[in-house]
Amino acid sequence: MTKTHIFVCGGIGCRAMESEQLRKNFQREILVRGLSDEVQVVTTGCFGFCEKGPLVKILPDQTFYVQVSPDDAAEIVSEHIIHQRKVERLLYIDPETRKRVTESKDMDFYKRQFRIALRNCGVIDPDNIEEYIARDGYSAIAKCLTEYTPEKVIDIVKKSGLRGRGGGGFPTGLKWEITRKSENSQKYVVCNADEGDPGAFMDRSILEGDPHSVIEAMAICGYCIGADKGLIYIRAEYPLAIKRLKRALQQAVDTGLLGRDILGTGFNFEIEIRYGAGAFVCGEETALIHSMEGCRGEPTFKPPFPSVEGYMGKPTNVNNVETFANIPVIINKGAEWFSAIGTEKSKGTKVFALAGKINNVGLIEVPMGTTLREIIYDIGGGIKDGKKFKAVQTGGPSGGCLSEKYLDTPIDYDNLIEAGSMMGSGGMIVLDENDCMVSIAKFYLGFTLDESCGKCAPCRIGNKRLYEKLDKITSGEGTMEDLVRLKSLSLVIKDTSLCGLGQSSPNPVLSTLTNFYDEYVAHVKEKKCPSKQCKDLINFTIIEDKCTGCTLCFRNCPVEAISGEKSKIHHIHQDKCIKCGLCYSKCKFEAILIE
Amino acid sequence: MTKTQLSEPAEILVKSICARYKNDEHELINILHELQHELGHLPAELQSAVAHELHIPVSKIYGVVSFYSFFTMLPKGKYQISVCLGTACYVRGGELVLEEFKRRLNIKTGETTKDGVFSLSCIRCVGACGLAPVVTIGEKVYGRVSPQQVRRIIDEYLMLEEG
Repeated sequence: MTKTHIFVCGGIGCRAMESEQLRKNFQREILVRGLSDEVQVVTTGCFGFCEKGPLVKILPDQTFYVQVSPDDAAEIVSEHIIHQRKVERLLYIDPETRKRVTESKDMDFYKRQFRIALRNCGVIDPDNIEEYIARDGYSAIAKCLTEYTPEKVIDIVKKSGLRGRGGGGFPTGLKWEITRKSENSQKYVVCNADEGDPGAFMDRSILEGDPHSVIEAMAICGYCIGADKGLIYIRAEYPLAIKRLKRALQQAVDTGLLGRDILGTGFNFEIEIRYGAGAFVCGEETALIHSMEGCRGEPTFKPPFPSVEGYMGKPTNVNNVETFANIPVIINKGAEWFSAIGTEKSKGTKVFALAGKINNVGLIEVPMGTTLREIIYDIGGGIKDGKKFKAVQTGGPSGGCLSEKYLDTPIDYDNLIEAGSMMGSGGMIVLDENDCMVSIAKFYLGFTLDESCGKCAPCRIGNKRLYEKLDKITSGEGTMEDLVRLKSLSLVIKDTSLCGLGQSSPNPVLSTLTNFYDEYVAHVKEKKCPSKQCKDLINFTIIEDKCTGCTLCFRNCPVEAISGEKSKIHHIHQDKCIKCGLCYSKCKFEAILIE
Repeated sequence: MTKTQLSEPAEILVKSICARYKNDEHELINILHELQHELGHLPAELQSAVAHELHIPVSKIYGVVSFYSFFTMLPKGKYQISVCLGTACYVRGGELVLEEFKRRLNIKTGETTKDGVFSLSCIRCVGACGLAPVVTIGEKVYGRVSPQQVRRIIDEYLMLEEG
């Protein structure tokens, strides 16, 4: 029995900072010092606090080290493990009290979170089914198969109030019930792991950190709807998630928790993996199904819903990763426990990928009904570099930008829609005073243009026209009439597009028009970008009184657009300047003016 | 589609991969994934060969290949530079980094340098938002990249090339 565990975060952010090398160094130290019997090094899934990565947690004392480099492994082993002394310099510093914090539960980032879907991420070794089982894993499927009828399980899921976490928010239990009632000898359970929102990575983190929770839930779903086959549709760009999923599937089969006659109950269920190939529209369930059938991922009109006619024409229940990850907990703890969390119509928790101009970037899970203010200021630690908050974007390309007045709105499916945004899959990007809202709307439209499948005209042509108008405005060529057209065209696209992608694609435009109309007007009337981001509307010049001739701007300019000698005033040549802003960010004397 | 002949080893590969999937047209995407993994890209003559094996029109294969951004008909460079333009990277200056790569390599997004060393693409969120803006080259992830680091990153690989 090993006494101490060293958990190294294996999330993508930490791996990008060499956490894999860190793990190897830990292992080598343990080996060299002959501690292999007492200490075990484990790569876990994402801890969530990406901003401070690479992260290391030591058990049983729960010490949480931040920004650990591969070179720190030796010191942690000799100090912490051998001499039982904490490595103070690697402990998190509370930004307010300036004191070192030892355990994650005492950090602002973690203490306001409530983890259901992420319960095992960063807590267990995802490659070890026994660790999952030790945390009540597969007890929910056992309970379902031996104690409950499928109807009873569906009833529990319905009563829990769980709604689809992929974006739409359709009640999960109801979906299961409809699929159960569709009569057919062959049905399918599909897990949508084709996370496409450019700014959301929770599904990936769950699959990398706790793949068994999804497998268990899919089997429970199969039992409920009467399916013996599950398919996981996953992005091919997620190699680690695929690897862990494959290993987990094999372990589940080997342990008799997947395959034929599960737990001797006569219930059969197997799971296959299907690969996505990079198409955002495949997050839409009919498009996803066509993609799994080997076709272009184009959506089709609903009804028939997949619950009635889905994969290969058979009844198919599609849920996303995060939705599934909630299921085992709901079965184990009961519908009442789950429905006590959250708001009246949105129960449970939601995982958000918190990013952008915020101090604590990371993956968080909070009860529904938490306000944006709590997320941004309490958990997220406020805006980066002391800048002023401008907006928060939720729901990715289908969502909208919410201004300051929405900071105290409790977040749930309905409130976000009412505010002109949506939950989406849980991307949450914080924007500060330097972000131009017209450019942000244009950025999302650009994404939609790339990703529109082209099947229906409103989405294919309408979004193109919207993009052109936005481009015109950010170039300083826009007119007030364009603003009127932007809105009317947006409404037409919303009303007439075939699928969810087109129906929601104008949301970034509409929400910025509503909440930041002044910025649009400034671009149009004054030909100015208030945030000084739109390249066609700004010029960089040197304030002669302030320039000391330090040559820093000259040396950093990537296009040699700055001339000047040491100790003499420098000049920016407008014909060469690409307006990258480097000189502005480099100048120590505030001698660069943007106008 | 061009009439270029597929090389013999490539043809054998197509046959064996298709056969492994029982020449089932519903497995088309899996087949294309494997072929691209082996051969790097999916040129027109390869698509014809797959169409032949699966007994479906080549237009259907082309439809699928051109639909998904993961599939490419053109060969990629030895080092594939991907600049993340997910929202978090975008608001932290990802676009400026992309511009700088384009300028330094003198290619557009989606293109490969003439010597076949670099290709440039943009991707949407690799999940390392804490390190925004992010650039990936193969397995390696570069975080908090600024435009002035671009030259150093390119040089790193050019030095590898020169040995």
